[in-house]
Order: sequence, then C-alpha cells, then structure tokens
Amino acid sequence: MSFLGTTTIKRTASSATLAVFLLLPTAVLAERVFVSNEKDNTVSVIDGKTLEVVETINVGRRPRAMAFSNDGSELFVAVGDDEAIDMIDLASLKVVRSLASGEDPEVIRVDPNQPYIYVSNEDDNIVSVLDYQQRRRVTQIPVGVEPEGLGVSPDGRWLIATSETSNMAHIIDLESMEAVHHRLVGARPRYVEFTEDGSKAWVSAEIAGKVAIIDMQDTFDVIHSIDFEVQGVPKEAVQAVGMQLTSDGRYAFVALGPSNRVAVVDQQSHEVLDYLLVGQRVWHLALNVGESRLFTTNGVSGDVTVINVEGDVNDFEAIRSIPVGRFPWGVIVEP
Amino acid sequence: MQCRVEDRTKSPPETGRRGSMIAEIGLYPLFLMLFLLSTFQAQAQNQAQNPGSATVTIGYLGLARPDALESLSVLDPVLDDEGVQGARLAIADNNTAGQFLGQEFVLVEAIVTSRTEVSDGLQQLVEQGADWIVSGLPRAALEVLLEEPALEDRVVFNAAAPDDALRGKSCRANLFHTTPSRRMLADALAQFLGYKQWTRWALVHGNTDEDRLRVKAQRGAAKRFGHAIVDESMWPYDPMARRAEGGFHAIQREIPVFVQAFAEHDVLVIADENDYFGEYFPFQTRLPRPVAGTQGLTPTAWHRAHESWGAVQLQRRFEEQAERWMTPRDFAAWLAVRSLGEAAARTGAVAPEKLRDYMTGEAFELAGYLGLPVSYRPWNHQLRQPILVTGPRMVVSVSPQEGYLHPVSPLDTLGADQGESQCRF
Repeated sequence: MSFLGTTTIKRTASSATLAVFLLLPTAVLAERVFVSNEKDNTVSVIDGKTLEVVETINVGRRPRAMAFSNDGSELFVAVGDDEAIDMIDLASLKVVRSLASGEDPEVIRVDPNQPYIYVSNEDDNIVSVLDYQQRRRVTQIPVGVEPEGLGVSPDGRWLIATSETSNMAHIIDLESMEAVHHRLVGARPRYVEFTEDGSKAWVSAEIAGKVAIIDMQDTFDVIHSIDFEVQGVPKEAVQAVGMQLTSDGRYAFVALGPSNRVAVVDQQSHEVLDYLLVGQRVWHLALNVGESRLFTTNGVSGDVTVINVEGDVNDFEAIRSIPVGRFPWGVIVEP
Repeated sequence: MQCRVEDRTKSPPETGRRGSMIAEIGLYPLFLMLFLLSTFQAQAQNQAQNPGSATVTIGYLGLARPDALESLSVLDPVLDDEGVQGARLAIADNNTAGQFLGQEFVLVEAIVTSRTEVSDGLQQLVEQGADWIVSGLPRAALEVLLEEPALEDRVVFNAAAPDDALRGKSCRANLFHTTPSRRMLADALAQFLGYKQWTRWALVHGNTDEDRLRVKAQRGAAKRFGHAIVDESMWPYDPMARRAEGGFHAIQREIPVFVQAFAEHDVLVIADENDYFGEYFPFQTRLPRPVAGTQGLTPTAWHRAHESWGAVQLQRRFEEQAERWMTPRDFAAWLAVRSLGEAAARTGAVAPEKLRDYMTGEAFELAGYLGLPVSYRPWNHQLRQPILVTGPRMVVSVSPQEGYLHPVSPLDTLGADQGESQCRF
C-alpha cells in the first residue's frame, strides 16, 4: 500500500524564505537522500526539499549498504556482486573509484575517527578493515563466525558484528581487534545501531521480529527485548530490520519488513508507541539531519515513503511516496 | 549386510582455514601477526579447557539408494550422500553458537542397505550415544524404526518420507517431520496455480504407489482451493532406459495422442515421484499448456536457484562442504539438526525433554532461509514451512501466496489442517 498522491507535503518554509533559498545554488541548500536499488544497479538521489528523484547514478552490481566518508565528500556503496565498494564523489555524483572489498559485501560501516570502512565477509569469518584514503586493506578481524550486520559505537571503541549461523551479537573491542563478548539475540540478527551516547546498542532480528538492547557500559548483556505485534498481520510477517534512533534519546524507529509497518518505540521505556503504514517490505530507514523526516525503502513496492516525525508521536504520518528503482535496499541522508 | 557407521565431530575454527588466514595477513606488520597468533592460541585453550561442555549426540539413519532409482534426465547427478550431508552441515552450524555457549553437537551416522537392517543401524547409533534420530528412511523403513524397542522414547525426525498418513492417522508424539508432506507440496502448487487462475487441471500419473498418494494429495488440494480436475489418466508405459537412443521420436508422437482426449484444461499436472516419464511432457503436449507437479513447475522444500533471504549463504556453506548442490532431503536433515541447535541455544539446556518441550512450544522459531520463521505444528509435529515453486532453473514463486489466510499462521494453509486431520497423540 502506498501513499502516492493521498497527502500533500507540509510546507514549513514561508514563501519569503523560499525566495531567498532560490537565489542560492541548490546543491548547497537541498538535503540529498541516497537510495540504493538492489535490482537496478543504481543509486537514486532524492531532493530533500522537493521530494523528487533528481539523479540516478549507475553503480556496480547489487548495491546495498551505503556510508559517507568522514569528511562528507564521498558516498560509499557496497556492490555485492562486484565484491567491491564503489565510491561516489558527492560533487559530481559519479563513481570515481572502486575498492576491492572481499567476497559479497552487504553491510559496511565507517569508523568515526579513522578513514576506515568495516566490511563483513561472511564466507571468510572475518571483518575486513579498508582504509579509504590510502585505498588499501588495513587488516582483517577474525570473528570466528560468519559476520553479517555491523555497528560501530560513536566513540569508535566497539564494533558489533551479528551472525545468522549463531544468532549472536559478537562484540569486538576495536583497540585489541578481538571479539570479547558473545550474546545470543533473536533469530537472524541483521542490523546494529548505537544510542547517541553509546551506552546501549540496539540489535534487530529479522526472523524473530524482535529488537535486543545491549548494555554497552558495564555488563554487555541483553537488558531488554522488544516484541512487535501488528493487528491483522500474521506474526511471521512482522520482521525487524533497519533502525534509526533520534539523537535526543526520545524515539526509535524500526522497519518491520513484510508487515509494511515502521514501529515507533520510546527509546527510554522501550514501549512500542505506534505502527506507521508504509510501502511493501520496508527494509531500511534514514532520518534527515534535522530529524524531522524519516525515509524508508520499500523493496517490493519499489518506492520510498517519507514520514513526518516532527513533534509528538501523534503527529507522525506518512506524507509522500516516491517511486525509485527496483528493490530499493538502503537509504542515507547527506550530513 | 553392509552397515557403515561413522563418527563426526566438527569444532570450528578448522585448522586449515586458520592456516590460510595467517598466510594472508603475513603481509601486515609482524606485531599484528604475533598478536593474532596469540589470540588463536587463547581461543584454542578456551576450547580445550572446556571439557564440561554439554553434548547433544544426534544419530543419522539413512537407507542406501537402490541402484535402479535414478532420475530421468542425465543432467541430474546420482547422489549417494543425500540427507546426511545436510545433517553434517547443521552440526557445524550448531557448533558455531555452541562454542560460545558451552554446548557441543556430535553426529553419528548409519547407512543401511535394506529395511531389515534398520534395527542394527539403530542399535549402533544408540551404542554411540545418540539421543535423537534423524531419519533419511522412506515410510516402510521408518515404521520399522518406530517399532524398535531400542528406540525407547527418543524423538525421530522424519527428513525423507512425504507420506500424509505419517502426519495423520499414523502420527506419533515422538515423530517430528522436517520434510513437507505431499499435501503441503500439492497445496503450495495449487495456491500458485490459483494466483495464475489456471484452475482447470488435467492430471497424469504414473503406476507407482507413490504416484497414487501424490494424486490423492493433488485432489485434496484441488478441492480445498476450488480447482477442477477435468480429466485424469495413467501413463501406460513402463520406464524407458535413461539414455535410450532417439527416445524422443516415440515420445514426440505418443504424448499428443495421449493427451488429445482431455477436456479443455489450463495446466497439465503430473504425478511421477520416481521421475520415470514426467520430464518428457513439457513442450510435447497437443495444446500449448504449462506442465506442473513433480516435473515442470515444481513445488519443493529447497532448490539450488533459491538465493533469497540469505539462502545464498547456506548454499555456499553446503557446497564448500559437500562439493555438490543441496537437495530438499539435505535441507530437511539440516532443519532437523538445526531445530535441536536452536532449542539448546535458547533453553541453555541439552536434556532431551527440555529441547522437545521447547521445540513444540510457541516460542520456537527457526530461521530456515525461507523468509518466514519455521516452527512445528504442536498437534502433529509437522514443521510449517514456506514451499518454493520452481522451474528447472529458477525460483518462480514461494507459497503460501498472498491472500491465503489462516487463523494460526498463513503457513498452515499448506497441508492438512488440525480440524481435518486424524492425528491424535
């Protein structure tokens, strides 16, 4: 189900400010949203103001996870079937180079302090560390299991790799580059997101349809597990995948896959506050910089739902559906 | 009598893999290498110092393939390790989590050559400590196994026999099924044919007992989903040689004649489980009609072309181990052993009664690379699972199809339902 044409965008800017904006080059102004289309081998670029696709970038085969370089000049795209990370220059919107990544990269993360990209290489039981400035492989972290989902703590101290063969979150100390804690989570753990202060990590489990919250300060144990239940949707179809946490510590958003819903969760009480209907098979999420809007990729319906997340949970609503390429997978907003 | 029994324990990480990893990183600074080496030593020590780890021993009991049974197309490899390879892989998968949880999974294997050796095979597995049995046996041999006093109260996972009776009036509380029933396969196909609105079927079946049971399942599916079997006929010829010179000359003339009396139909449904004639039908029909059933468009628990939902990882792991593709029977054995791994990890226990309770409880769900979690129906212990609908070289769809609803789970629209089943524990 999509919302195409059912609602109009709320215009927050007055016409006077709009007029001022129009005098400036749009590239500087408009927030850009990047969407990887897994089946089309492209990345769609959406203008954050007009909510229209303004550019489609050809990339390698099977693009999925994306991340920005720390200086914000490049976008990295994991192109799984090419076993590489494509690097898009954000000024020209062209792939300017490509870095070999090891087999089938799906999830990538960038270190907050160093020019490093972490890539999970499932078949080799390692996480590869690539230096994107020197364009070389720095090292490999052996994790003992097939790593899939990855998350880096905001201070760059911890890396969490999830494994679907063990259904565990493997917590890696990035100083010693060693997996030091192993915690059982729900079936098929997919995605890891840290809270703004780094005190907790949220780990979603696709098949279990649950989110585990791990204490990252003291015990490194799972301290809470969130269940989701959508009225009228079979429980098997409620699967937890992408997540976004607001920086003020208030809300968390969880993409619930083929249930076509995004859950709104209270970050403090872990209570599920609402389920928002979006497109089909919602996979990943991205908040814009001002955290006023949430973008969702909907794989089966081939579109992006834009949700207004300004104000209170009662104000949250889908405001637009934007058609993109086939099987949109990842989404990321330019910082 | 030939009774092979092997002991297999897999404890990751393997030495070979460890060696190659060190070789690769030899390019990097020496201190890092030394550091990693010490890490590996520490890991090895941890494993060695863990003698108290709890063990789950699983016995795989299989029946050697009868020499006469080969698929019709010479493109299909003839396999002699079907099923057991899936169990071996699942043992390795279980041990990846087990190494962190202090649990170890061990497989013992017995492959017998006839029904009369089932008793000996079981005896050897029991002597080696098997607490659980995964059966790669067809129905008759499986029923012999279930009557064996030496089985005691051990649970048997049926990973090979598709017979509906085993899930119905002949069901047992200690019999779990990870392979789908014929009816589940028939329902999965019928749902897809319903989606296509190909609701008028002409049915062609072989002369074997298996084919008669398949026809019965196909009829049940047609009735449930409102399809019409407009005509039905048995293929009158005995099996031809697999490599008959110029076989198509005869086939090309015979099939159009055979089907010409059929009433108007949308699809030709074949029931030929032993694969002795069905493969001839696609493209040979008088009218241009798709062929489905045991050949052509086929419902199946597993297929090499299936790579969604992370399945590509399972396919790769399997191929690295077995040096061939994973088949539905391998997958059923994998599911059985992984069920025990999942139950042991979640309960933190290895006691059979604890694992059994957990597997039949509401909390149990296993990631089977099929998009939806799989779980056991508590009333007949059949694993509810999505079924792939495939062509020879591509996955066409996955059932249950959208819109087929059930009060418990959409997966329960596949196979006999509780209300119509004669299964009572």
